[in-house]
Amino acid sequence: MSTKQRIENIDRRRFLKLTGLAAGGLVLGASLPATQPAWAAEGDVAGDLNLFVTVHSDDTVSIVCHRSEMGQGIRTGLPQVVADELEADWRKVNVVQGLGDKRYGSQNTDGSRSIRRFYDTMRNMGASARTMLEQAAAQQWKVPAGECKAKNHAVEHGPSGRRLRFGELAAAAAEIPVPEEKSLRLKSSDQFNYIGKPVDTVDTPDMVVGKAQFGQDIHFDDMLIASIERAPVLGSSILELDDSDAREMKGVIAIERLDGGAEPPLFKPLSGVAILARNTWTALQARKKLKIQWSETAHHAHNSDDYLAALQRTIREPGKTITDHGDVEKAFAEAGDRHNATYTVPYLAHATMEPPAATARVSEDHCEIWGCVQDPQSVQQNVAGALGLKPEEVKVNVTLLGGGFGRKSKPDFVVEAALLARKMQRPVKVVWSREDDIRHDYYHAASVEHYEAGFDGDGKVSGWLQRAAFPSISGTFQAGVDHPSTSELDLGLSDMPFAVPNRRMETQRAEYHTRIGWLRSVSNIQNAFGVCSFADELAHHSGERPDRFLLNLIGPDRHIDPSQGDFEYGNYGEALEKFPVDTARLKNVLRRVATRADLDLRGDHSEGNGEGWGIAVHRSFLSYVGIATRVEVQNGELAIGEMHCVADVGLAVNPDRVHSQMEGAMIFGMSLALMGEIKMENGAVSNSNFHDYPLLRIHQSPPLSVEVLASDEPPAGVGEPGVPPVAPSITNAIFAATGKRIRELPINKHLKIG
Amino acid sequence: MQITVNGSAREIDVDEQMPLLWVLRDELKLTGTKFGCGGGYCGACTIHLDGRPTRACLTPASFAEGKQITTIEGLSENGDHPLQQAWIEHNVPQCGYCQSGQLMSAAALLATNASPSDSDIDGAMTGNLCRCGTYPRIKAAIKTAATADNGEEA
Repeated sequence: MSTKQRIENIDRRRFLKLTGLAAGGLVLGASLPATQPAWAAEGDVAGDLNLFVTVHSDDTVSIVCHRSEMGQGIRTGLPQVVADELEADWRKVNVVQGLGDKRYGSQNTDGSRSIRRFYDTMRNMGASARTMLEQAAAQQWKVPAGECKAKNHAVEHGPSGRRLRFGELAAAAAEIPVPEEKSLRLKSSDQFNYIGKPVDTVDTPDMVVGKAQFGQDIHFDDMLIASIERAPVLGSSILELDDSDAREMKGVIAIERLDGGAEPPLFKPLSGVAILARNTWTALQARKKLKIQWSETAHHAHNSDDYLAALQRTIREPGKTITDHGDVEKAFAEAGDRHNATYTVPYLAHATMEPPAATARVSEDHCEIWGCVQDPQSVQQNVAGALGLKPEEVKVNVTLLGGGFGRKSKPDFVVEAALLARKMQRPVKVVWSREDDIRHDYYHAASVEHYEAGFDGDGKVSGWLQRAAFPSISGTFQAGVDHPSTSELDLGLSDMPFAVPNRRMETQRAEYHTRIGWLRSVSNIQNAFGVCSFADELAHHSGERPDRFLLNLIGPDRHIDPSQGDFEYGNYGEALEKFPVDTARLKNVLRRVATRADLDLRGDHSEGNGEGWGIAVHRSFLSYVGIATRVEVQNGELAIGEMHCVADVGLAVNPDRVHSQMEGAMIFGMSLALMGEIKMENGAVSNSNFHDYPLLRIHQSPPLSVEVLASDEPPAGVGEPGVPPVAPSITNAIFAATGKRIRELPINKHLKIG
Repeated sequence: MQITVNGSAREIDVDEQMPLLWVLRDELKLTGTKFGCGGGYCGACTIHLDGRPTRACLTPASFAEGKQITTIEGLSENGDHPLQQAWIEHNVPQCGYCQSGQLMSAAALLATNASPSDSDIDGAMTGNLCRCGTYPRIKAAIKTAATADNGEEA
């Protein structure tokens, strides 16, 4: 499916409607302090040149960012591309946050795809607007358009030296027919002013003075705050409620029930009891006084330790074959030497620093939402469904997100706010506490993967079996799913890049007992942990240095197509012609990252102490990332000494934000590898806050380095691909240091973390 | 009850056990101080109470009577505290949610230690979580701000 926008001219009223600027109340997105917000001037004659670009008569330009900002810098990156092709002066650009609207194309800020999906579109939007400004100048001067060139926020007529600022051309340009896409003249890369160059992040100045507005920060004078006690176990509902003590508390306005309904969970609210109060503190306190008896469900028997132990047994049994090349059985039977290993990753929670929050105002035929959401169109659909409205009757204002990582693309918390606002007939802000967030997430799946390999007489890997078992994200949308889905295998398992002639991929049964969701890099987490750990095990098994062994295992430069028979490789939704699985790029990253490490360094394997390096390389979201980690282990205590990242992400539009995403991915990866574990007992999450779901702290954060390789390849994913290789690079380093192979995360089950 | 926030006396009518976090956010609409955990684990709500870094989520309103409360909104008059400038120079924030608390902890550190070592920074900042992983830049920005401060004094 094409994701390209048709470039269209929109009138001012529609622009204001789309961006919410004329709506009164909150104006989100006026963030460049150096510029006058263009909409401040009433009656300003503006040129709305297309869906994304408006040139104002005061010479400022509004560029819409239709994707959600959650720390990846997209409110800078996308407008930066538009501004470059437009020949705009960045200092005169206002970034405007787009409302939820399907005409923007997908707004689901997920899957590391904002730049890769919209890079071409944004260039076209900028070039189209630039062309219209040039043509407007040509008409005014009565000269051929070819003699008029936009440069630095103005159009110049070369032969006569005449010059008109964008603002002076805005109104006339808006009357020019939108040029055909194929007539657009795009810049060559040596003409870029902003793409690939350092550009200040637009929201930073507001963030450092406490002015940046997040979902938790929304306020209306007539609103109520809701805090909700939710069913601790999936599918459970209220049997009995005694809310008499809570009702007596001063400041409690109402107590309302929410009904979660039947499975699948979808993005419906969980069953719960909402306290509605005038302030957050009262709502939180009153909640503690609720006495609720919950119904038992089939998931009450779920215990995550037992569940993983059971998967560790069944994963050794033959599963469902997904792809099969050559003859693995024969290769194993003829192998001179064999090796196998099983890897385990627990449930993980997103733990965004900002717990979910949403505010809703509902009338009979309209709903307005303010929230930290990754996918405003999904909000429109789900809220409309819950209220019996049409999606276009739901207006969604996207605030800044205090972290997303996939959690905030699930709008269950927004639906809660909408339902409560309708009941109360006034605005309601639903505030999730940290405990709510940790206990009622859409969790990253607990997983077990099993690998077997055989070596032929020459010591080459001749057979490779990989078998995965984890509850599928599909179970969140469809009851009864009990195997990993092929789309989850596509994230680092089916596209395993090794040149092994006989290889098979299988799945094993794993039922879901909680809401499973996508977390930054999704099943690449367990797939890369398995593939990169097992390859390292085979290297040590055959006595070769890991980087040399890996280069041979990856084999010749080639493009891989993992599809076979009924199994069709998804490639993150992109064509393999544009984004091939390219072993040359993977090997390039491997060679570069290996130079950062001393892979000959060995610790004292008999004592279990020492210093060692580990590397891991992995392709995900169409990018190639290698991580090298040095660890020190003394007396059972682990310290990460340093960590290096080499990334090939294609063209890096905003190099500093690519660096920062890689830095963040390393720290995110260390949190999950070292200490990330959600436990379930009797169907309910037993963790509750940062004391028992810890994240990496600054004193545990080692020196980091990032090298982003120069590339003219199309821009690929950035937000997620740094995460997957982190965990195996650490456990590989621990093996080099100590001879101890950690196959079960988190590492703090096996070593103390310094 | 009367409290003093960023130099201004403010009259508030709340349960005296209400934590300052909610007084600031819900009553005074000073939303720069963030709610991250409610248990003192994450530091997103860090403010200064008579100059000392304090977790607003654990501090009852009554405890602040007679003391000077400083929030991120009052850290500097024009957003030009050396740390705020250094934060921009190093492009520290990603999502930005924890950064008010990070800045308030860092400001309290520099107020008592003009040239902190790495381990001083670790010690002062370890109570402030950042899920985006901006720690290396926080460390670098604190050092830049410390150098700028020292330069002015010299």
